[in-house]
Amino acid sequence: MKKYRCGLFIVLAVLCLTACSHTQAKEQTITAVGSSALQPLVEAAGEKYNHVNPASFINVQGGGSGTGLSQIQQGAVAIGNSDVFAEQKKGIKTSKLVDHRVCVVPVVPVLNKDIKVKNLSLQQLQNIFVGKITNWRQVGGPDLPIAIINRAQGSGTRMIFEQQVLQGHTGIKSPEQDSSGMVRQIVKNTPGAISYVALPYLTDDLAALKINGHAVTAHNVQTNKWPIWSYEHMYTTKNPDHLTRDFMKFILSDEFQQQDVKKMRYVPIRSMHYRQDYQGNKTKI
Amino acid sequence: MDPIAKSLKSTSVSAKIERRGKLITQLCTMVIVLLVIAIFAFIASKGVAIFGQDHGSVLDFFTKTTWNPDKQDAYHRPLIGALPMIVGSFAVTLLSVIVATPFALAAAIFMVEISPKSGKKFLQPVIELLVGIPSVVYGFIGLVVIVPSVQKIAGGSGFGILAGSLVLFVMILPTITSMSVDALKAVPRYYREASLALGATRWQTTYKVVLRAGAPGIMTAVIFGMSRAFGEALAVQMVIGNAILMPTNLASPATTLTSILTMNVGNTIMGTTANNALWTLALLLLLMSLIFNIIIKYLAKRGELK
Amino acid sequence: MNPKRTDKIATTIIYVMATTIVVILIALLLYIFFAGIKTINWHFLTGAAKSFQAGGGIGAQLFNSLYLLVLSMLISLPLALGIAIYLSEYASAQKVAALIRSMIEVLSSLPSIVVGLFGFLVFVINFHLQFSILSGALTLTIFNLPLLVRGIEDALQTVSNSQREAGLALGLSKWETVTHVIIPECLPGIITGVILAAGRVFGEAAALIYTAGQSAPPLNFSNWNILSLTSPLNPFRPAETLAVHIWKVNSEGLIPDATAVSAGSSLVLVVVVLIFNILARYLGNKLYKRLTGE
Repeated sequence: MKKYRCGLFIVLAVLCLTACSHTQAKEQTITAVGSSALQPLVEAAGEKYNHVNPASFINVQGGGSGTGLSQIQQGAVAIGNSDVFAEQKKGIKTSKLVDHRVCVVPVVPVLNKDIKVKNLSLQQLQNIFVGKITNWRQVGGPDLPIAIINRAQGSGTRMIFEQQVLQGHTGIKSPEQDSSGMVRQIVKNTPGAISYVALPYLTDDLAALKINGHAVTAHNVQTNKWPIWSYEHMYTTKNPDHLTRDFMKFILSDEFQQQDVKKMRYVPIRSMHYRQDYQGNKTKI
Repeated sequence: MDPIAKSLKSTSVSAKIERRGKLITQLCTMVIVLLVIAIFAFIASKGVAIFGQDHGSVLDFFTKTTWNPDKQDAYHRPLIGALPMIVGSFAVTLLSVIVATPFALAAAIFMVEISPKSGKKFLQPVIELLVGIPSVVYGFIGLVVIVPSVQKIAGGSGFGILAGSLVLFVMILPTITSMSVDALKAVPRYYREASLALGATRWQTTYKVVLRAGAPGIMTAVIFGMSRAFGEALAVQMVIGNAILMPTNLASPATTLTSILTMNVGNTIMGTTANNALWTLALLLLLMSLIFNIIIKYLAKRGELK
Repeated sequence: MNPKRTDKIATTIIYVMATTIVVILIALLLYIFFAGIKTINWHFLTGAAKSFQAGGGIGAQLFNSLYLLVLSMLISLPLALGIAIYLSEYASAQKVAALIRSMIEVLSSLPSIVVGLFGFLVFVINFHLQFSILSGALTLTIFNLPLLVRGIEDALQTVSNSQREAGLALGLSKWETVTHVIIPECLPGIITGVILAAGRVFGEAAALIYTAGQSAPPLNFSNWNILSLTSPLNPFRPAETLAVHIWKVNSEGLIPDATAVSAGSSLVLVVVVLIFNILARYLGNKLYKRLTGE
């Protein structure tokens, strides 16, 4: 027994020594927490940033927009990622936070592929989600009841969709799913299903709708012809440390915006011709 | 003092070790007791906030069916009707346990009474493997296999209590089976020998002696299965549909306490009404498992051999 | 009906039901096997995960799962042993023991998401452990304890009282009897309990999302500096486990090959549990033979 203990001490001592010798190259780390939809983008940015600055690590965690805003407000993390404006969430003191809008995210209504409806007006879409239209026949489709699938209450995608499409009307109660992946799976397998996803999550096995005759393209979003869009936000405190500031600069740099942001099918923030406030009012820039 | 008297009066090494050993085990037990109390206190304090600072009504919570904690009713009380989730949770748990228990018992009897050898070689490893499959995987198989079958048989979208119960059935089967096996194994051999010597058949021995003697252990197995079913979130959430509606039949979308909790917790801000309402659900889950525990303990005591 | 006939019918029914279970379980395992086998190759097992392109691996996640398992067992096993020994050997008041047992059972029925949030608010935020393996391991301990305590206590109970009496009669103290006679005797039982708990740790996702975190920074396996963020051994780094990875790619992942990655990861999980199972059994038997002098 004694022998083992001795060995253990030696191992620990060696580890400590190597630890001391290494700490000269000072490692820095910041944590970004929040929106799981934004996580892949920030993770990709963190990886690239780490390539340029090998001693800096960006630790990206999900947990939901609410968690991100709660944690940045408490100062427990450096960056809080959110799909919605902090003003849209109750209980957040927005005066203490700085909003960095990193990109624009379009939201697309998606259908089960068996429904051959290609285009709806914004009004028709609203009528479907408030329960005035209940059968696909009413909008020129097959005789099939409409099965609405919503995202969870308070999810960013749902808040954007309801703000832009329902415009203050109350939607009907319907099944809810808590992630884009699940929505995709279910719309694919359920006849008559309609839901909505953020553009990066749109795949070939779902049918994307046109709204008022416009398809969801970067150009249509920039010119607000595609009406359902909002921002992805990264919130910091008023006085962030050097690494946080530098990382934000990196994400907003033209290089990252034009390459990775576009590749993930978000719309670069500086290409927009319109701007939106937290109440959903849009103005031309 | 001479050395012999000294060694006789002082405590021996062995007694010291004994005292130290006992102390260690007591400390460990203290740790878990404190941990449980801490968790209870923590969840209870968060869970009652909605009735205190947010002026929610306890009666509404158990009887109303509208869940929208951010909005208020005419009396400025948050809308926290949790009845649909309570019904949903109870329905999936009870249904899955009712289906799983006979199967688990049959497997346990097979492994202990009928064919211990092939049971140990074959059934036990498979069961232990199944415990290691993450619930997400069960959920996905449920989504791909069970939901479409329910859709074909019962109509509708396929999402609902039936699909949830079937997924849970498979998930809790290993738990109940392996613990029932332990319970049956713990029945002393001479019980069986006495019964067989009286001329009873194997089934009579199993049914009238072994199962009864093992009843408390089997009940514990059922509690564990139930609590796993009750607390399971990810897998059920994938197949139940998550609509906060009173279930009208077994194949209509419904929801459970855990799925609402898991789905919404990341989207709410700490300390707000919406967040407090979710902690109330957690408290309810805790209380319900406590109640289950007490009821089944009581049943087990009544069924025990005197 | 005569008893013999009833016996036959009952036996047949039990056979049928047991077979049904076996069929269900085997079908499930085969499904996982065939869905995942296409994805498995060396690159998948050792490569780094991608955030939005196809072709990512699960190397870091696999290591994290194993490391987290070891760490949480290091914390929970001694505790569980202590508690089980106390409950089965020392507790003199049966009422107190029963109360503690009930508490443990309730603990095990807590939904994992609630335990995860508790871990998040206590370990991650209050103890400033951040999203780290250590936070995850401590949270998993809450899950592990009930299963371990129960498993070990059951194993201790299977040892007959005559062994305890023999130990005491030889002049051994209670503690010595427990450590030198009873535990070696019921070691295989203890190991089964540990395996079952380990399986649960491996498959747990909901409790780890908020504690060990959902991202795995790339690891540098030549870096043995325990305090460096790229060192695999650093317990303070965030670590996404395999089960969390499966959950993540399926829910908000952007990688196009999510289905394949999750199927492959599931298979790896099952295989690791299998290997662990076999290894533990083998080591348990060896240890049993050595300690009991057979």
